[in-house]
Amino acid sequence: MEKKVIELQNIKREFIVGDETVHALRGVSFSIREGEFVTIMGSSGSGKSTLLNILGCLDTPTSGEYYLDGISVRKMTKNKRAILRNRKIGFVFQNYNLLPKTTAIENVELPLMYNPEIGSSERRRRAVDALKAVGLEDRMEHKSNQMSGGQMQRVAIARALVNDPAVILADEATGNLDSRTSFEILVLFQKLHAEGRTIIFVTHNPEIASYSSRNIRLMDGHIIEDKINGNILSAEKTLAELPVNDDEAE
Amino acid sequence: MNWTNLFKISLKALSNNKMRAFLTMLGIIIGVAAVITMIALGQGAKKNIQNEISGMGSNIIMIHPGGERRGGVRLDPSEMQTLKEADYEVLRKESLFLAGLSPNVTVSGQLICGNNNYPSSVSGVSTDYISIRQLEISSGEMFTETDVRQSAKVCVIGATIVDNLFPDGTNPVGKIIRLNQVPLKVIGVLEAKGYNSMGMDQDDIVLAPYTTVMKRFRAINYLEGIFASAIAEEMTDLATADIESILRRQHKLKDGDDNDFMIRTQQELSQILNNTTNLLTTLLACIAGISLLVGGIGIMNIMYVSVTERTKEIGLRMSVGARGIDILTQFLIEAILISITGGIIGILTGCGASAIVRLVGNWPVAIQPWSVVISFLVCTVTGVFFGWYPAKKAAALDPIDALRYE
Ligand SMILES: Nc1ncnc2c1ncn2[C@@H]1O[C@H](COP(=O)(O)OP(=O)(O)OP(=O)(O)O)[C@@H](O)[C@H]1O
Ligand SMILES: [Mg+2]
Repeated sequence: MEKKVIELQNIKREFIVGDETVHALRGVSFSIREGEFVTIMGSSGSGKSTLLNILGCLDTPTSGEYYLDGISVRKMTKNKRAILRNRKIGFVFQNYNLLPKTTAIENVELPLMYNPEIGSSERRRRAVDALKAVGLEDRMEHKSNQMSGGQMQRVAIARALVNDPAVILADEATGNLDSRTSFEILVLFQKLHAEGRTIIFVTHNPEIASYSSRNIRLMDGHIIEDKINGNILSAEKTLAELPVNDDEAE
Repeated sequence: MNWTNLFKISLKALSNNKMRAFLTMLGIIIGVAAVITMIALGQGAKKNIQNEISGMGSNIIMIHPGGERRGGVRLDPSEMQTLKEADYEVLRKESLFLAGLSPNVTVSGQLICGNNNYPSSVSGVSTDYISIRQLEISSGEMFTETDVRQSAKVCVIGATIVDNLFPDGTNPVGKIIRLNQVPLKVIGVLEAKGYNSMGMDQDDIVLAPYTTVMKRFRAINYLEGIFASAIAEEMTDLATADIESILRRQHKLKDGDDNDFMIRTQQELSQILNNTTNLLTTLLACIAGISLLVGGIGIMNIMYVSVTERTKEIGLRMSVGARGIDILTQFLIEAILISITGGIIGILTGCGASAIVRLVGNWPVAIQPWSVVISFLVCTVTGVFFGWYPAKKAAALDPIDALRYE
């Protein structure tokens, strides 16, 4: 039995807006084992992003326990959480969040810049490896504003990979991309999954669920469904069957 | 802490936003340069005036007839005739602290030489007058004691007189000029001195033996004043007291009687001028202070705005694991680099601008080291503080709040 990478116990998150309290998460408990590819789905406002931000230590729960790799996150200081993010988490955002006017390789190197244990030659080597893994070895010196959305998202994924994290978190990583590019990204995630990485993938698109190993469905801050997917489809196959778009047909 | 990486990050952030860095620097450059130049101009002007004051001779003592004037009451003409030639003679014999002594009587009118004429006046003085007033003879010579004894019809003239009476450039020495029908032979020309700080033409001057003016022009037996110079500036007070006691005795004044003469020193005048220049310096210091304040506010604004608009970047850096202290260090390094570079460029610009004013505007400038230090410190400290403070606020946010910042 693989070890638990993530364990949530009755996580609640409330936002105070004016004199109203918004209950974004109303007591969420689950655990995720090493090597799982989990999709989290649910309608808009159901609390998916809130949950993922808590998992990524970008936000703190109002109550409840969260263990990442066996470490309790709740009682940690801000600095310790920053170090935890730096060493154990790779986060992919819907809007890429790359540094503007900065080359792909420098963007990928960024997490390692904040890790004093890694020297500059190793940093460069790992960044190059990560960019190769996402298929961007020929775009390393391109700046973020000289790349397409799909390429930017690959850079963001490479950045999430570069620190060899315990878990990769993606919040609607394909939300801004057309369906072909989305499947290319999905192929990438499936490849990472096949390499044994733990992935949590928030999405609106129910189709994507069938490419992951486990589906969690949120509604109104509660988990309403949590099932193992016995029949994982291959994104590569789907991509091959997809009609090629006009530009490439020429 | 990994300083090398944070330093690299800061350099990268600066070079990726050269325009922003330059604009921030510009505020500092202008602030520092303006203050340095302004103070240099002010101090230059002040020094100029001070040089002129000491050039006027701060050891000069002037004795006038008549007592202290009270409330503008018109004086009896006899009161204006209390200084006699005998007073001059006795002072010359007895006073201990005087380097030079000269009577003064003047006559004014139209100076005529051939077809040229010019309204001026002739000062009747003794040979000492030249040294008292620190004048120089540029050609010819000064009249002598013998000329004074003989009431000789000779004179020494200033450059303005030369220009007006001899416009064709002939050498005035040996020529005759006339005033009120009396011919005077020019025997010397004075070195030009230009205008003094009160706008008086110091070259509009004709010197003749006082005996000549008294007997041949005015037919009077009293003096209009006596000029003297103390041996040294510090001796001026002693000399004044000495003159007072000699004159009181000579005039047979009893204890309790008011003086029937008045002693003035150049020191009083230079005091007034000093006050004026001090006022000028204060004014310039105020202007400099205000430009420093305005510059500081400019720096503050641009720093504050540029850091605040980078809140998203801060959130992104924190999301990949930067700690608050890493963010803060990065922004501090950026602010220090910008402020110090800007400060140094500002100092160079300020010194350069001062030099240009000196060369082109022909204005005396004196760059003050303290203005360099103070403006540099104020601008860099403001720059660093307002780079650091908003960064500290942003670094204290939760990463997700910083990321969401619009
Ligand atoms: N910073 C915040 N302040 C106040 N309320 C918030 C905040 N963030 C989220 N919420 C509220 O929490 C609830 C859950 O939001 P969340 O962003 O997690 O939804 P989501 O499932 O990601 O939706 P979407 O699919 O549209 O992205 C929403 O009702 C939202 O209004
Ligand atoms: Mg969301």
